[in-house]
Amino acid sequence: MTMYILIIVWSIINKSFCSYKVNTKTQRFCRNEYNLTGLCNRSACPLANSQYATVREEDGNCFLYMKTVERSGFPRNMWEKVKLSKSLEKALRQINEYLIYWPGFIKQKCKQRLLKISQYLIRMRKLRLRRQKKLVPIQRKQERRERRREEKALVAARLDSAIEKELLERLKRGTYGDIYNFPQVAFNKALEEEEDAEVNMEGEDYGEDEENEGEEAEEEIDEELEKELEEESENEEIEYVEADSDLERELESESDMEDIEPKATTSVKDNTRRKPRLEIEYETETLSKNAKRTV
Amino acid sequence: MENEENAENGEVLVKPPTLSASDRLAAKKRFRTQRRLSTMKNKVLRNAQWATLKKEKRKVKKEGQKQRKKEAEALGDKAPPKQIPRTIENTREADITTVDHDDEEVTFDITHDEYESYFSKTYVPKILITSSDNPHSKTIHFIRELTKIFPSSECQWRKRSSVKKMIQSAKEKNYTDVVVINEDRRVPNGMLVSHLPDGPTAYFKISNVKLTKDMKYKNIIKEFTTHRPEVILNNFQTRLGQAVSRMLASLFHYDPQFKGRRAVTFHNQRDYIFFRHHRYEFKSQKRAALRELGPRFTLRLKWLQKGTFDTIEGDYEWIIAGKRHEMETSRRRFFL
Repeated sequence: MTMYILIIVWSIINKSFCSYKVNTKTQRFCRNEYNLTGLCNRSACPLANSQYATVREEDGNCFLYMKTVERSGFPRNMWEKVKLSKSLEKALRQINEYLIYWPGFIKQKCKQRLLKISQYLIRMRKLRLRRQKKLVPIQRKQERRERRREEKALVAARLDSAIEKELLERLKRGTYGDIYNFPQVAFNKALEEEEDAEVNMEGEDYGEDEENEGEEAEEEIDEELEKELEEESENEEIEYVEADSDLERELESESDMEDIEPKATTSVKDNTRRKPRLEIEYETETLSKNAKRTV
Repeated sequence: MENEENAENGEVLVKPPTLSASDRLAAKKRFRTQRRLSTMKNKVLRNAQWATLKKEKRKVKKEGQKQRKKEAEALGDKAPPKQIPRTIENTREADITTVDHDDEEVTFDITHDEYESYFSKTYVPKILITSSDNPHSKTIHFIRELTKIFPSSECQWRKRSSVKKMIQSAKEKNYTDVVVINEDRRVPNGMLVSHLPDGPTAYFKISNVKLTKDMKYKNIIKEFTTHRPEVILNNFQTRLGQAVSRMLASLFHYDPQFKGRRAVTFHNQRDYIFFRHHRYEFKSQKRAALRELGPRFTLRLKWLQKGTFDTIEGDYEWIIAGKRHEMETSRRRFFL
């Protein structure tokens, strides 16, 4: 009797409609959760076979589901669920034990399925131990906004001029020490100013004279004096700048400051006499204690 | 009177002068046409109307400018100060954590953080640069260029080790900083900087990477020298900004070789840190010429952590990942 039912069931399912059937170009799949192979076949259809078994996995445990003829009238209790052992060997033996006298196809497929499941469980456990790449979803609007704002910030930044300004400021502050001999510009300017104005011993001119004196290296001045004069020139630059660098403070020694005054008085007259035939030699080597500068 | 006060500050925005009756009428008309625009369904006509409206606005603006210029010239010295345009930097929301260099407490706090030993020149930084697994060519080139930029840096390929383990082994080998470049879609997109003896860790998002070989001048790679560069840190205003700038500065040698004339810049603008690498030359005391070498990229801080890398249990000083609605409350609010 049941045989006829199954034949009818299969003819309907196969030919016309089965809600679990999925048709593709080359294959027919069965979406039924108890299906052993996943394909739509006469031998693999759980609806068209009264005696059927599957292996399914839940939370890392494998279960053997069995369906027999006796229970075909009770859909609620149709599937018998048996928990298989976690070790593959024991589980295979359990399958053999439960499915003894069952058709070979079902036994074979159940064992194959158990094998596959246990393999992927092992791989999942290994992956969990390793570091996994965290996939962060891209928020399109955020990305777009950020890109646009970056462009605008770049325009507002005016990088080249900002960098140039900073470098020039550092030059003025004297972080570069003696590497650049720029005070010549100020020196020339000071010369011109002296030509126009009378020789005054006011504060500003005093400072300029000291600078002039710093750059000059005439025959009469010894090397030692030259060095001290160069130190002075650095110090002059420092005097005009505000509280910034602690370094220059360290390097400024009081002895240098003392030396400036007496020399200044003599130099003024010398400058006015020497102006027409002025030769400027620059000392290129730096002193040891000026060599170290931080950023 | 108002103008005199403003002349002293120079920074205060000057209110535009009041409009005459005819001006007000014209403004009303413009407003009405603008409102009407939104109801026009025909795109072509709408665009045309918008174009004419814009023209009119521009005309009015230019006339106003001319007028003001004339008045300023006429008055000469007594002219009102120039109106300062409103910029985002001008109207930035005031941040309580802005660093005031005169405040001793604040400067003390800043200078006595984990980077104190660097700034007191007790050690030379030694950097380990890696990437994520399987880096592609762009990332590889980028890392190679970074090794040329950071003095005393070494590159090692990541052989599927976790960041924590890498930090451990780097500590044993006496590295002072670890930099990990993350890659996505064959392009470097993230940079993790970790200061080693329990230092802070920061993660930046990298964008707009331009390598040396893509620069304007050909063969600029030949101009790279091994002189230690000097570091320029611009516009880091808040405490967070100071922390980040110190972190970036400590990747370089504390003693730059000025003879090499190399400058590396980290410029912060509206929370985007622009990295540039230049060779400079002083043409005079008022001008310096810059030639850009090296890669350029922009960084954007994603989070800053107190200890070494520990995303789960770490102590985050600043993070923006899940808190955009709380933190990005206004377009004028910046954190660095």
